[in-house]
Amino acid sequence: MTDNAIEINHLGKTYDNQFEALKDVSFTVKQGDFIALLGPNGAGKSTTIGIICSLVNKSVGDVKVFGHSIDTDLELAKRCIGLVPQEFNFSQFETCQQIVVNQAGYYGMPRNKAIKRAQVVLEQLGLLEKKDDQARSLSGGMKRRLMIARALMHEPKILILDEPTAGVDIEIRRSMWEFLQRLNQQGTTIVLTTHYLEEAEQLCRNIVIIDQGEIVENTSMKELVTRLDVETFVLDVDRIPEQLPDLDKIKLRKRDDMRLEVDLPKEKALNQVFQWLSDNKIRVLSMRNKTNRLEELFVQLTEKTTSESAKADKKPPTEAK
Amino acid sequence: MSSKVYNRQAFIALQSIITKEITRYFRIWIQTLLPPAITMSLYFVIFGKLIGSRVGMMEGVSYMEYITPGIIMMSVITNSYSNVASSFYSAKFQRNIEELLVAPVPTLFILLGYVFGGVSRGLITGLVVTLVASQFVELHIHNYAIVFFVIFLTSMMFATAGLVNAVFAKSFDDISIIPTFVLTPLTYLGGVFYSIKMLPDFWQNISLANPVLYMVNGFRYGFIGFSDIPIEHALILISVFILSLFSVAYYLLIKGIGIRA
Repeated sequence: MTDNAIEINHLGKTYDNQFEALKDVSFTVKQGDFIALLGPNGAGKSTTIGIICSLVNKSVGDVKVFGHSIDTDLELAKRCIGLVPQEFNFSQFETCQQIVVNQAGYYGMPRNKAIKRAQVVLEQLGLLEKKDDQARSLSGGMKRRLMIARALMHEPKILILDEPTAGVDIEIRRSMWEFLQRLNQQGTTIVLTTHYLEEAEQLCRNIVIIDQGEIVENTSMKELVTRLDVETFVLDVDRIPEQLPDLDKIKLRKRDDMRLEVDLPKEKALNQVFQWLSDNKIRVLSMRNKTNRLEELFVQLTEKTTSESAKADKKPPTEAK
Repeated sequence: MSSKVYNRQAFIALQSIITKEITRYFRIWIQTLLPPAITMSLYFVIFGKLIGSRVGMMEGVSYMEYITPGIIMMSVITNSYSNVASSFYSAKFQRNIEELLVAPVPTLFILLGYVFGGVSRGLITGLVVTLVASQFVELHIHNYAIVFFVIFLTSMMFATAGLVNAVFAKSFDDISIIPTFVLTPLTYLGGVFYSIKMLPDFWQNISLANPVLYMVNGFRYGFIGFSDIPIEHALILISVFILSLFSVAYYLLIKGIGIRA
């Protein structure tokens, strides 16, 4: 029995218009993992998910889900997966209960059992009161939760979510995070694609970054963030003196009369800054990161691929023989 | 997983697709079930009562009784075709076909689910029109088995054709082109309102190339025991069409044409 929830080997996809969406992509997802699949728009994330879930035909390579090859054991592989796609793809005219019960039926769950299961899943996602409402009458956040409910009806071993929190407000996003964390703690493997890097950092243990159809990073979240050399903090203070000190590689900048920016190298601690603030009787009212740390790294990694591919494009064309 | 469990689950999936389809057209019954009742009532009033009374007897029955099987068949053909064409295309358009594609539903059962959804609408519409017809004319059924087989096989054939149309359709216009420009002329020229024996030899021979003629006449035979063509020809032709269309539809779905990138 394999330890891997997903094994992808040398996966490639070229669309009919000759666009090469994936180039020799290989990675594995361990059972019980919570992994982020990141990348800019058009990087190949949705194509990868589409191939795993058999919505997209692959051109080359192998995909196994819990040891079941999608080439030879597709139906067994499908039983392990619950998919929450990026766009709302349920019938807007069906009720929430009809949508989830029908979906369970497609997985072979008898109707009476599916109706009972629907009660549980819709309640977990706060949709029980809306079970007889047509999907089109739901808010954006509710529709997102309905797609999660639908994906969970057959109790999948792995849940794949393609930007599940896009366009939902902060409160709902946080409650969805908590829900996904609980689900992962209960043993469900989760693959998440997202544009919110904070979301990936908060939720995921491992990360795969994909750009222009290639994997540019595949590591643990912890390892990735340690690569950041400098982190910038913004401190809201009650006053800022005219002269800012030199604190041995820690750079302080005055952003305005009440805000101070601190560039902190990773080998340094904030204590030095707080010591100076305390010595000068400056009160710190609040503090936050200037930018998401992961975002900086993400930009570095994807910019690197872009510039490399631009260089490759500039190679002189070879003459046809 | 044992094959017995697997087969049971596949049948539950089939049942779910058919239930979803039936729920869909009953939810919009004003658009799906009511119009044929009204349209066919008008046919009965205009062609049956007003014009028919001047036509007199046709093959030993009143003109109204003569045209009734054809009118029922018209609504069965149109409804079974358009149900699958619009439902499958909408599922593609709204992308809820993905609900089926990600699930372990065998392709054959997806095809059967949509086809039987269309067949059920065709049969229900046929029943509605028959009830309407019974208000205008006393219906006699010559052979129940022929009536049932012809109507069932015809609705299956056109439901499958509707699915093939939906697979290739890229816009809602594409699913109305065939019903408007192909099905309607074939149906009107398929001997619904007349016997091809009334036509000159040349046009009789041309009419024999129209598949709807065989279905209308096969169905008419079941009602009044008269047909322009031998009943066995009708049943063979419908069966050949079903097998051909079903094979094409299955191939398209298994290859994912129009539904998988």
